[in-house]
Amino acid sequence: MTKSRNHRIAQFPDADTLGRMLYYLKLTRAAEERIERVLYRQGKIVGGVYVGRGQEAIAVGSAIQLDEGDVVLPSHRDFAAYVIRGFTLKEIFANWMGRANGPTRGRDNTLHLGDMARGVIPIISHLGDTCPVACGVAMVLKWRGQGNVAVVHFGEGTTSRGDVHEAMNWAAVMKLPVVFICNNNAYAYSTPVEKQYAVKDLTVRGPAYGMPGVKVDGNDVLAVYAAAAKAIARGRAGAGPSFLECKTFRMTGHSAHDAAEYVPHDLFKRWEEKDPIRRLEKRLRAEKILTRGEISEMDAKIQKEIDDAAAFAEASPMPEGETGLEDVYCGQNCNWGKTSVVSRLLSFATDNGPRTTDN
Amino acid sequence: MPVMTYLDAIRQGIWEEMERDPSVFLLGEDIGDYGGAFKVTAGMLKKFGAERVIDTPISESAIVGAAVGAALMGMRPVAEMQFMDFISCGFDQIVNMAAKIHYRWGAKVPLVIRGPSGAGVHGGPFHSQSNEMWFVHTPGLKVVVPATAYDAKGLIKAAIRDDNPVLYFEHKFLYRRIKDEVPEGDYTVPIGQARVAREGTDIAVITYGAMVWTALEAAEQLAKEGVSLEVVDLRSLLPYDEQAVLATVRKCNKVILLHEGTRTGGMAGELAALLAEKAFEDLDGPIVRITAPDTPVPFSPPLEEFFLPNAKKVAEAARKLAAY
Ligand SMILES: Cc1ncc(C[n+]2csc(CCOP(=O)(O)OP(=O)(O)O)c2C)c(N)n1
Ligand SMILES: [Mg+2]
Repeated sequence: MTKSRNHRIAQFPDADTLGRMLYYLKLTRAAEERIERVLYRQGKIVGGVYVGRGQEAIAVGSAIQLDEGDVVLPSHRDFAAYVIRGFTLKEIFANWMGRANGPTRGRDNTLHLGDMARGVIPIISHLGDTCPVACGVAMVLKWRGQGNVAVVHFGEGTTSRGDVHEAMNWAAVMKLPVVFICNNNAYAYSTPVEKQYAVKDLTVRGPAYGMPGVKVDGNDVLAVYAAAAKAIARGRAGAGPSFLECKTFRMTGHSAHDAAEYVPHDLFKRWEEKDPIRRLEKRLRAEKILTRGEISEMDAKIQKEIDDAAAFAEASPMPEGETGLEDVYCGQNCNWGKTSVVSRLLSFATDNGPRTTDN
Repeated sequence: MPVMTYLDAIRQGIWEEMERDPSVFLLGEDIGDYGGAFKVTAGMLKKFGAERVIDTPISESAIVGAAVGAALMGMRPVAEMQFMDFISCGFDQIVNMAAKIHYRWGAKVPLVIRGPSGAGVHGGPFHSQSNEMWFVHTPGLKVVVPATAYDAKGLIKAAIRDDNPVLYFEHKFLYRRIKDEVPEGDYTVPIGQARVAREGTDIAVITYGAMVWTALEAAEQLAKEGVSLEVVDLRSLLPYDEQAVLATVRKCNKVILLHEGTRTGGMAGELAALLAEKAFEDLDGPIVRITAPDTPVPFSPPLEEFFLPNAKKVAEAARKLAAY
């Protein structure tokens, strides 16, 4: 067995990490706004559009701590996890628009973007299916003995799927380095939590399978960071899986076509006040980690990155129909990597330092 | 006669069965207040109450398993899959539990599993599948695939009244795009009976689901060119109407088998085998299959368009076959 790498473990992020977290929070919010409220409405994005407005802190506060060799399996609302692991905005926008040079070559939509080189296994629409996959990943990580972890995200509604239960039990029995992160945003499509499960907090599910169950304020990126740090450290140390229930709120409809009329209006107002971005921004300014000027610079940079990515995607070609016949199997007639322009250009930064999303 | 959409016809059929028979009840995700992702069950919670219109957790296996249990207890559950793609999460309960009960111990399992299937709306690989053949290969199930509003209503009623597990594949592309005449009041469309959607003499096009409309469009085009297509809508895939298939081929002597599902192991292969066995002498040309290719359903519009059969592809094949 190879020797364990030195993984940095900290309960509290340093100033640089704090700044990067604010950047990824803001980037996620702004990019998803462009996707949902501009490009979709202009008809430039077709099909289903799901975003994670209001719950960005969960992916940011956890994925920011992942090292080389770790694997993340994000949910459909964890945009930041993709970006932090090295997917560029150009790739992401190209994929949303079904372009030939998107990471799926136009075969799949939304955030269904995977790349083992970047340690990202995407969700499939079938909720919960990634949880057992995370166990398989973690088995191998454990065998390799380098202290790596698998982090899998899913909504609270998804916890009703049998696959999630099988996976949590499996991970506990085999003491696997998996962090199960439940993005509890109070709704599963139109279904409120009372109709989804009969316990007050899902955290009881942790001990029920033999792992810690931790309740986290999902709208506080620092709380997410601290809880994830502990769970990740536990995984790295070989002590087994953890379950984090990050409480948050879906500040949109289920998808772009859903007006969420079933959500009591004051709930949006109440959760607006707990907005994770404003909270961190306020704190960083109060602690003089970032100035007002630096933050507006950050905002401007983000807008420019998004403009560039959207323009790049729009200028990118649609796939030729016949190319859909390729790549069903590995081996014959496989053009993977030869036609995905962006993938070819991209080299994955293996350090854990800041990554620009602009290639 | 009132004209209504395919979607309204399904809703009306369920509604009337709920009124007629108190043992009929509904279960599925977001079907109550929300009325279902496509609004097929809109208004039903208010009319029939929470005991008969049950919002469930995201648990397809339990949705099907619970439907089986309730059916064994004398109820007639109608379970919704939010998308038929997600039926795979309840697969075992369908193909092993529901399908084999009557054969093994004689109890009846009158349940319906229904939901939207099919492509054409840029749904990507997990919201577009025509996965009916997974179940056509399972003895003990029945599988129906309405193409018209009339059949949508008649078949949902027949499915609910049937004493076996019936899978009812709706086509999401047709929901609000198709309107036709639906008689008021009660009628059923027998499971296992095809219909001739358009009479013709030169080439039989045997198809089902949304592709019926594609075939009709091609038939319209070819009529102008002097080639007469007969379009047969199977309506049921398990059991399927062998007599109707043989009759149209004996009449036209040439045949195109058309479907949106992928090619290998598709319904066309089954029909081709039947024709080879029982209508060999009646064929004046090769059996032609027009299907989706053997790939997942791709997302991007040009890919999806290439993937799906359409009227142009049918017309081209028909021209070639007519000249054979
Ligand atoms: C197995 C399965 N059943 C149903 C669906 C349809 N569906 C998509 S998202 C969703 C709600 C998911 O809720 P949750 O797990 O809480 O995640 P959220 O969308 O709230 O982040 C449903 C029912 C699906 N994708 N997969
Ligand atoms: Mg949720």
